[in-house]
Amino acid sequence: MMNRVVITGMGIYSCIGKNKEEVVSSLYNGVSGIGIDPVRKEYGYNSALTGILERPDLKGCLDRKKRNYLSEQGMYAYVATTEALQQAGIDEDFLEKNEVGILYGNDSSTEPVIHAVDVIREKRNTALVGSGSIFQSMNSTVTMNLSVIFKLRGINFTISGACASGSHAIGMGFLLIQSGLQEAIVCGGAQEVNMYSVGSFDGLSAFSSREDNPGAASRPFDKNRDGLVPSGGGATVILESYESAKRRGATILAEVIGYGFSSNGDHISVPNIDGPKRSLEMALRNASLLPSDIRYINAHATSTPLGDLNEAHAIVQVFGEKSPYVTSTKSMTGHEMWMAGASEIVYSTLMMEKGFIAPNLNFEEPDEASSLLNIPTKTIETEFDTYLSNSFGFGGTNSSLIIKKFTP
Amino acid sequence: MVDAALIQKINEKLAEEFETDIELIQPDAPLMQTLELDSLDLVDMVVLVEQNFGFTLKAQDFIGIKTFQDFYDFIDSRVNESK
Repeated sequence: MMNRVVITGMGIYSCIGKNKEEVVSSLYNGVSGIGIDPVRKEYGYNSALTGILERPDLKGCLDRKKRNYLSEQGMYAYVATTEALQQAGIDEDFLEKNEVGILYGNDSSTEPVIHAVDVIREKRNTALVGSGSIFQSMNSTVTMNLSVIFKLRGINFTISGACASGSHAIGMGFLLIQSGLQEAIVCGGAQEVNMYSVGSFDGLSAFSSREDNPGAASRPFDKNRDGLVPSGGGATVILESYESAKRRGATILAEVIGYGFSSNGDHISVPNIDGPKRSLEMALRNASLLPSDIRYINAHATSTPLGDLNEAHAIVQVFGEKSPYVTSTKSMTGHEMWMAGASEIVYSTLMMEKGFIAPNLNFEEPDEASSLLNIPTKTIETEFDTYLSNSFGFGGTNSSLIIKKFTP
Repeated sequence: MVDAALIQKINEKLAEEFETDIELIQPDAPLMQTLELDSLDLVDMVVLVEQNFGFTLKAQDFIGIKTFQDFYDFIDSRVNESK
């Protein structure tokens, strides 16, 4: 007998809000978190567009050593996880007596690496890099830090699956709890937002160049989209077995009922239709659902010409024309990359809880494929009980999660 | 005798970097325990010295430094050496 897997806490720190309340307001009102980082132009970037968010001041929350070891994205993940654990009603005492794990998506930590290399080149003395650099630089920076800060005693590692990292982290947590190996796992995704983290990506001319109107730059599915807008932050989802949640008397926010995944086995950066389609189909099979059971799809759609086109084709092939509502919250947030798969579960679950679907901003003119989708451009007030969230990444890694309102 | 201004500067930098009450930094007080330093923090001490006193050292140079007075003497001798 497999365990049911429920969500008992969520936390978010993103360019559309520093907590769930702010994020709900931004989603409902269709507020964009995109702006300009002028320093990027000084450094010759093609695009200065980025999600705008300030680093949280953690003095007073964490001691010097813990702050010293925490990377930028680790700070965001810490704030999001604090909010999520609080909502779940999981305190220090529970963490001490139970084996709560952590699986977090993260696929880079560029800024501390660059700073360390700068110091070594200039000073020729590795000690001058400081003690925090190694713990900020490693790809597992978020899980290694949060597991120490929150004294987590269960599974503990980082999932690196490019822009599907956060989604795979939740998917893997789902499987571990379903199988009975863990009872509760802190899952999520984090993404650094500093200039260095996207320099090589900018070099591929993958970013939108609509700098004159940042709010209109991220336009998933629109015919005139011209690239993605990089963004980031931290998003945490507390996954727990139903039995554990019931025992604790926790409030259950939703249930994870399906996880699908696939690899394109194709080009390193050019997406195809077959891989995402197989991921969607696997998630539906895993959840024992028909396509018609899905009321809303939170698309991966990042606002790139080919990515959105192929995802639209994949959705139409699986769900038919004009079927469930489809939006990309990246129209508001930009592409939160390693974090996106987790943040979009937070966004979508909040919308399901509050009974609305946020608008797909800037969808003014459909292309041949998006014209076949049901994409709302205004906030839709609607109750829905089941949604699917897509995340795809470089190397052709695909992840699809299906979440449902909880019924005992 | 270490210059009072140098002691003042050392105390301020240590209190700031290691977030310690400056009143606890006394000549006879144990340096590692007072600042709550572990082996990793000695690396940050190397950075602090380089940035504020203009010379580089290695973590093993701290062997033998027990009290703040030992630290004042050590910094003072290295600053004078470099003059």
